[in-house]
Parts: sequence; structure tokens; C-alpha cells
Amino acid sequence: MAVRMRLRAFRLAAWLGWQMESNWTDPWLFAVYSIIKPVSSALILVVMYYVVTGGQTQGDLFAGLYVGNAFFMYVGQLMFGMSWVVMEDREFFRTFKYMYLAAPSIYWYLTGRAVAKFLVTSLAVAVVLGFGTAFLDLPLALGAVRWGYLAAVLALGILACVAFGLLMAGIMVISARHGQGYAESFAGVLYLLCGVVFPLDVLPAPLQPVGRAIPFTYWIEGVRRALMGRGMSPSLAGVDDGAILAILLLSSLATLAVAVLFYAWMERIARDRGLIDQVTEH
Amino acid sequence: MNAIPDGRAREAAVLAQGVSRWFTDTRRQRHQDGSDAPAGPRRVVALDRVSLEVQPGELFGLLGPNGAGKSTLIKILSTLLLPSEGTVRVAGYDVVRQAHQVRRRINMVSGGETVGYGILTVRETLWMFSQFYGLANGPALKMIDEYLETFGLADNAHTRVNKLSTGMRQKMNFIRGLLNDPDVLFLDEPTLGLDVQTARIIRDFIRDWMRRRPGRTVLLTTHYMAEAEELCDRIAIIDRGRILACDTPDGLKRRVQSHSVFRIEAARLDAPPEADGRWPGIERISWEPHPATGRTRITVIAADDAAVTPLLADLRERGADIIHLSKVEPTLEDVFLQVVGRGLGEHSGA
Repeated sequence: MAVRMRLRAFRLAAWLGWQMESNWTDPWLFAVYSIIKPVSSALILVVMYYVVTGGQTQGDLFAGLYVGNAFFMYVGQLMFGMSWVVMEDREFFRTFKYMYLAAPSIYWYLTGRAVAKFLVTSLAVAVVLGFGTAFLDLPLALGAVRWGYLAAVLALGILACVAFGLLMAGIMVISARHGQGYAESFAGVLYLLCGVVFPLDVLPAPLQPVGRAIPFTYWIEGVRRALMGRGMSPSLAGVDDGAILAILLLSSLATLAVAVLFYAWMERIARDRGLIDQVTEH
Repeated sequence: MNAIPDGRAREAAVLAQGVSRWFTDTRRQRHQDGSDAPAGPRRVVALDRVSLEVQPGELFGLLGPNGAGKSTLIKILSTLLLPSEGTVRVAGYDVVRQAHQVRRRINMVSGGETVGYGILTVRETLWMFSQFYGLANGPALKMIDEYLETFGLADNAHTRVNKLSTGMRQKMNFIRGLLNDPDVLFLDEPTLGLDVQTARIIRDFIRDWMRRRPGRTVLLTTHYMAEAEELCDRIAIIDRGRILACDTPDGLKRRVQSHSVFRIEAARLDAPPEADGRWPGIERISWEPHPATGRTRITVIAADDAAVTPLLADLRERGADIIHLSKVEPTLEDVFLQVVGRGLGEHSGA
């Protein structure tokens, strides 16, 4: 019964998220946010790479960078999306306290709200990869993709995104309106530490263990291996595909466990300080 | 003041014992010398050792001015806020340790809010919440349609929430609060900001809902005297975080029935005189100036009829014209004045 109610909360939250995300009364605006924005972001990176390397868009480094950047969109979108739910429900729709009382599990509710973000981001990732293959010589061939491995890695990566989203949502529960910037800032730190656009080995030595402790490092590496047949980080070259998957699984589950405990702790603080229904107007 | 009656026969719908709630204000405070240096954390007491017992089937009112602690208490009872000390049980469960069980049995509606996802229609919003509450789809929709009809929202069932007026949104939110047929319904100023007709619909509905659902409990906060008097089986008067009196409306009124209550309307009274025991026999006095008419409505609770004579003389000496004077039957407003020491809209008094 409890599980069924949680799944129902997840499904309803997904429906609600989709209603809000797919508000295509202005298709142009939707296109800008969902497709043109990520493609433009990718192109900025491409142009920078192009300038730095003197006009090259070929080779493993470019492909690794491009794929890593494309898939990292999930991290930013899901993490920001889940934490933003707290802010917009509380501050704009004034529904957070009612959801808090109604939803059988706030975790499943927040996760469900991220489903629409996942779908829209998946579209954007596909568009960015398609654009790279068509116009930038990205060495992607559908026939060469290891779909099973990709599916497993993708699922675990999304689990890690949800875990980090919960962490950010926990911070948001006790934060004022300006807290929305935390998720974006944190995503920027992860972008640097997880070997998204350069190999982990490029990081200063003290930061490399930090990068190795974050599931996204293995996620991006696994995605590259599934799509292109090889990774980008020399320091992970000795780790076989199964081990990448196992480390990703364990680190994602560990992060999720920490995130659930952290959110519960933040929620307790919010109840103690009377922040569940706060509206910050500064 | 302890609002727990003797001889409990069954588990209370709401049982609060010695509940206090304080907040720490760490904001910089301006000193008397005008400097803006930190003055250290300051403890602001919102509730002060409140004890309260509400029986199942009771419509219980918390009456008090803004900032009295009504909403703080409702937030604690509905698990949104932790008490600083004391214990609270709602529907038989502890609000701190068994919050989840409490939430399954309660609902809450706050007035004066613009609530809702603008993109959804009224019916979609209510359907969604009904599903969160675990209702079956068909019966939920049937109930929603009935409620929409009752509250005059049927024509707006498919209107997006962002197109609704504030009153319509409030009615929708009120319906949301009924969907899970809660054992205990908390209504925090449910008619705040509503027009007279909508407020009337909601008040009538509350009474009817209680009649049709024996055993359901409503705890209502309000600062409208008439609303409290009209609806509530018992009323607790709360001010500055403390419950000062708790009884039935008639029981509360009996507290001032041994006194004489006068209403005076005076014109050309520039400023109310300091009371300070100036008029012997007058226990409470409240001044309500009406800038639009230039008149002041004065309510006096006196030990006897004669006690009002020196006051009238004093007012005339100050150049005031006494337009109207009548001795009246005490109302809840007078009870409030007697118990709290000032009128509901006043910040200070005799």
C-alpha cells in the first residue's frame, strides 16, 4: 500500500511537471529553452575548442569533450529542476506546504517532478549529439553504440542526478528565494571536477581524488565508452567497463542514501525554523 | 489559562499541553542611540505554554488579533512547525514523532493566499490533490464536481487557475482541504480577504459539513468576532501567545454579564484621554476612531451604571459631543475587551 501510494505520488508529480514543462502556448519560447539554448551552449564550447586547437574538431579529445558536455546537461537540468520545485512551489504557487501535507513521500514527489525535465533534456541531448554527428564530424554510429551498456550507465547516472537534486532540494528548503543560484553554482563545480570537458588527469593533484569520489566522473566515462567505444581519462583507462558500472552503482547509491538523510535533516531544520511555508520577499 | 476541560472520556482530536514556541531574531537591531550594531540574538515568544483540548466533533475557534499566535499554533498542530517545548497530539498521534500519521488524518486551509498552479484548471488541480490523498479516481471526480457546484465554481471547473479571482482561488483551496475528508480540519482565517457573500458561503458550508459528518473536528482561527460567535462551539481567546479564556460563546459572554456595557459615540474628540484608573468603576475601555466620520466609538465595561457618569463629564470637558449613548447586551467583542484589555483592532487600551 505504502509503495503503491509512493508510486502514485511519483506519477502525479511527473504529470504535474509535464503540464508545467510542456506549456507550449508559445512554441518558440519552448524551442529556445529546450533546444536552441543547449545547442548554443555546445557551440560555444566547440568554437572555444576550435580557436584553441587552431581549427580542429576531429579526434578523441574533441569527441570526448562534446559527448561529456552533452550528457552533463542532465546533471544541470535535473539538479536544478528538483531544487527549483521547492522554490517555485513554496514561493510562487504557495503549494509547498499543501504538497508537504498531501504527498505520501516528498522524495517521490520531487523525483517525479524531475521526469519532465528528464524528457526535455533527453530531447536536447539527442539534438546536440545529432548536430555534432551531422556537422562536426562527431564519430558516432548507431550501429556501433553498445546500447545495453549505455542504458545501464544512463539509468545509474540519472539516479546520481536525482541524488544530487535531492541534496540541492534540501538546501533549498532552508534557503531564501536567492538559493536558486546554489544549484547552478554546484553544477559548475561538478562540471570542473568530473572530467566533463577535459580528462580527470588534467585536474590539480589534490582535486583528482575529489573527482574520483563523484559518480558523474564514472557516468560520463561510461557514456563515452558506450557511445564511442573508448573513454577520455587516462587515469580511468585501466578500469574495465564492468568496474566503471560497479563503481557508478555504488557511488550513486551512496550519494542517494546521503541525499535522503540530508534532505530529512534539512526538512527538520525547516520545521524547526518555520520555513516550510516561508515566502521570502527580499 | 488552561483550556483543557476535566473528565476526558475519549481521545481528544487535538491535545496540546504546555506548548511554547519561540523564534530567535538575529537581525541587526537599531539601538536607542541610533546605531545599527548587532544587539545579539533576541528571543521572540510566539506561543507561551498553551494548553488546549478539542474533542472530536467540536468546532473550536481561536480568536485573537494579528500576531496573537493563532497561525503559529495551527502550523504546529498541522506538523509544519515544531514546538519549542510541550507536547501536541492530533487525531491521537504526536505531531513531532508521528507527523506522517497526523498528515494522513488532517487537512489545512489558509486564507488570504493566492494558491495554485496557474497552468492547471480548477478541476485538474482538485483531481491531482485527490489522487495525492489516495482517493479512487471516479468517486474523487464525482465529489469534486459536487463541491464545485456547492461553491459556485462549476462554471469555472475548466478555467485555468491563473484566470481565477482571489476569492475563487480561495474557494478552490477550501475544496482541496475537504477532499480527504479529514478527521481534523484546520482553517487558518478561511474567510480572510473574501467578499461578504463568499465568506457567507464558506461559513454556511462549514456548519453544514460538521452536521453531516459527526465526529469530524474543525479548528478555526479568526479575528472576526461574528465568525467565531456564529460558528464555534467553544472559543479560546488568544493574545500575545497565551490563551486568556476558553469557553462557549455564551459562557464567555456570561463573564461580562455582571457588568454594565456601554457604547458611546462621540464627535470632536481629538485624542482619547489616558485611562489609568481615572474613572473609578470603569474596568475596560476601548476607543475606535473613525477618521471618515470624525467620530469615535467608545466601548465601556463598568462595574455599574453610575460609573460611566464621570467619563461622560470628562469627555464633555474636553469639548467632545456625545452623539449616542446606549447600554447594550455584551457581545464577544466586549468579552475580548474584558479579557485582553483592549479591543481587537487596538494596540493598547485601559
